[in-house]
Amino acid sequence: MKLSTVFGAAVAAFVAAPAFAGTLEVVKAKGFIQCGVSQGLPGFSNPDDQGNWSGLDVDVCRSLSAAVFGDPDMVKYTPLSAKERFTALSSGEIDVLPRNTTMTMTRDTQLGLVFPGVINYYDGQGLMVPSSLGVTSALELDGAAICTNTGTTTELNITDYFRSNNMNFELVAFEKADEVVAAYDAGRCDVYTTDRSGLAAQRLKLTDPEAHTVLPEIISKEPLGPVVRRGDDEWAAIVRWAHIAMINAEELGVTSANAADMRNSDNPSIKRLLGSEGAFGEGLGLSNDWAFNIISMVGNYGESYEKHVGPDTPLKLARGVNALWSDGGLQYGAPIR
Amino acid sequence: MAQSDIADQTSGSGSSAEKGSILYDPKVRGLFFQIVLLAALIAWVLWVRRNTLDNLEAQGQAMGFDFLAGTSGFQILTTLGTWVFDYQVGSSTYWDVFLIGIVNTFAVAFLGIIVATVLGFVMGVFRLSSNFILRGFATVYVEIFRNIPLLLWLFILYFAVLRNLPDKRDKVAIWGESVGLNITGLYAPFPITYEGFWMSAVAVLVAVVLWIILGAVMKKRQEVTGQQFPTFWVGLGMLVAIPTIVFYSTGAPLEWEYPVFTEEGPVLRRGYQAGIGMVIVPEMIAVWAALTLYTAAFIAEIVRAGILAVPHGQSEAAGALGLRPQPTLNLVVIPQALRVIIPPLTSQYLNLTKNSSLAVAIAYPELVSVFAGTALNQVGRALEMVFMMMMVYLFFSIATALFMNWFNSRMRLVER
Repeated sequence: MKLSTVFGAAVAAFVAAPAFAGTLEVVKAKGFIQCGVSQGLPGFSNPDDQGNWSGLDVDVCRSLSAAVFGDPDMVKYTPLSAKERFTALSSGEIDVLPRNTTMTMTRDTQLGLVFPGVINYYDGQGLMVPSSLGVTSALELDGAAICTNTGTTTELNITDYFRSNNMNFELVAFEKADEVVAAYDAGRCDVYTTDRSGLAAQRLKLTDPEAHTVLPEIISKEPLGPVVRRGDDEWAAIVRWAHIAMINAEELGVTSANAADMRNSDNPSIKRLLGSEGAFGEGLGLSNDWAFNIISMVGNYGESYEKHVGPDTPLKLARGVNALWSDGGLQYGAPIR
Repeated sequence: MAQSDIADQTSGSGSSAEKGSILYDPKVRGLFFQIVLLAALIAWVLWVRRNTLDNLEAQGQAMGFDFLAGTSGFQILTTLGTWVFDYQVGSSTYWDVFLIGIVNTFAVAFLGIIVATVLGFVMGVFRLSSNFILRGFATVYVEIFRNIPLLLWLFILYFAVLRNLPDKRDKVAIWGESVGLNITGLYAPFPITYEGFWMSAVAVLVAVVLWIILGAVMKKRQEVTGQQFPTFWVGLGMLVAIPTIVFYSTGAPLEWEYPVFTEEGPVLRRGYQAGIGMVIVPEMIAVWAALTLYTAAFIAEIVRAGILAVPHGQSEAAGALGLRPQPTLNLVVIPQALRVIIPPLTSQYLNLTKNSSLAVAIAYPELVSVFAGTALNQVGRALEMVFMMMMVYLFFSIATALFMNWFNSRMRLVER
């Protein structure tokens, strides 16, 4: 079942001509974007009971669709396990992978893939324990049993953390997040570790979410961002600038509600962003209202954040380092000019 | 000539075959087409290899088996494999991870095959029992287990087991202080051997060899003189006595390390202490149980079919010759039933071995989970690693098949 993707990659390597350049043409020709997402991570990519996907990562797909087609819904979603995701992308099964994927050097250089360099969520790995354990710091966890899922950076991070602090632990690694939650909920492990955003999302699935504590330590840097295939610079640029457009829109105060009015703004930055001045879309191989479509149909970065993961959602994730640079965060959009 | 005779028979036409034209010689033709096929196959393999390498290079993917020497930076759940290879994060390599996966796969397949065979035979015989309760029980068992997919059984058994076991700070004592069970596993004493223990191990081997020799000698004697000899009891006596004497005369070089259960201190520290005694993790138990119960249902049906395949006249004939029911079963019915049972049984063994790869779903670190899962994600050499894995399963399956074929030829009907 899970191996199908691996074999898919193997088969693709056998037969497919290495004609992966030109994803934009391929996407335009078939009329939709095939987008690799998680198998259900609330707030990031999660299907509702009618099968409609939503979340911060899904908004990446929607923004691309809005930029390319002028319609945010020309997207088909492929749910992927952590293990399958890279082979699915390199084999051409999907066009882009915005699946809460940590940018690391190995992934960026050795898998035939490339991170366009935009990070749609700055995360870090955290640890959650039942409050009844009375543990207040990760440094007290010597000898603990830890549940996590395979095929992610979390296995390496937790091993590094415990080794560098000279602590022993037992790692129980499941293939899918649902089983990790079930096993942790049953008491198989003392600790559940994954990215902190993931902990916030997954704890909602526990029998009693309030009976668990997320420890203060952040044991790794997890910059999560979309991935594309190596060697397709045009497509990578579209993915990069779609995100930058959403950040700049927030900084300039352009929202989905006022985007139409803002086209007549006197601010040249806004005019360039919304395509009423200059021809920036052409450089991407798109129409000049590409960013206008993204902002009016999907929203700016702040809107997307508040809608899916912000303090008013069940995840209750404060903006933190994901605030705009002007508010002391790390989200910084290169200028459009 | 013999060749032209065949040519005449097969082609049916006359003139050119009689002249012995090499074009119409069936042997030459056969050879020609075989060479063509072989050449085509080799060319195809080379083409696929070339094309794969080209495409991987075009995709910018690294390739080769050099990654196996790299250190693996992740922890693996304590299992037979990590113990056998003394897995240490920081010094163990991906090659060790590969071997650990193989050992864990082998362990669960081997244990599964043994227990599934025993359980399958019992259930198969029960299905033919005249006792309504036994027959009904076996029927329900077979129908339930073979009609629900194995993956579901894995989840059901694993999570049902987990939910029902006492938590980590608690335990069920199975045998006083030495054997106990909780959600983190089954704990038992661990044998620590000292110098000289190998002599006891050798003594066991010697006793087994003596038993086999004794059996052969006494069988010969029975064939010649008709005198019977209680080989089983004498052999068993030797198997117990010889190692025991050696063990104590070498100074009993064995000590049991008992698991330690703590009920005081910080909450996290309570429960069984890690690294002391022996532990079998619940993941392993669940995989083993699921594979065993599922496969045993199929084996039961095979056994039932095998026994039913022996005509009733055979038992009647044995009775007419004066054999009592037990020897009739052992000497007449079972040997003939085995002929029917063994070939499909082999397939079930192969299925069980391959199905063990489903264990990835519930965190048992077998080959697919630990090598094609965690390690593959770290190094990303999908082609190489999947190839290695396929070779392992192929090797396991061929070894099982060869053994069963050998066993089958031993069991086949010898006609005089």
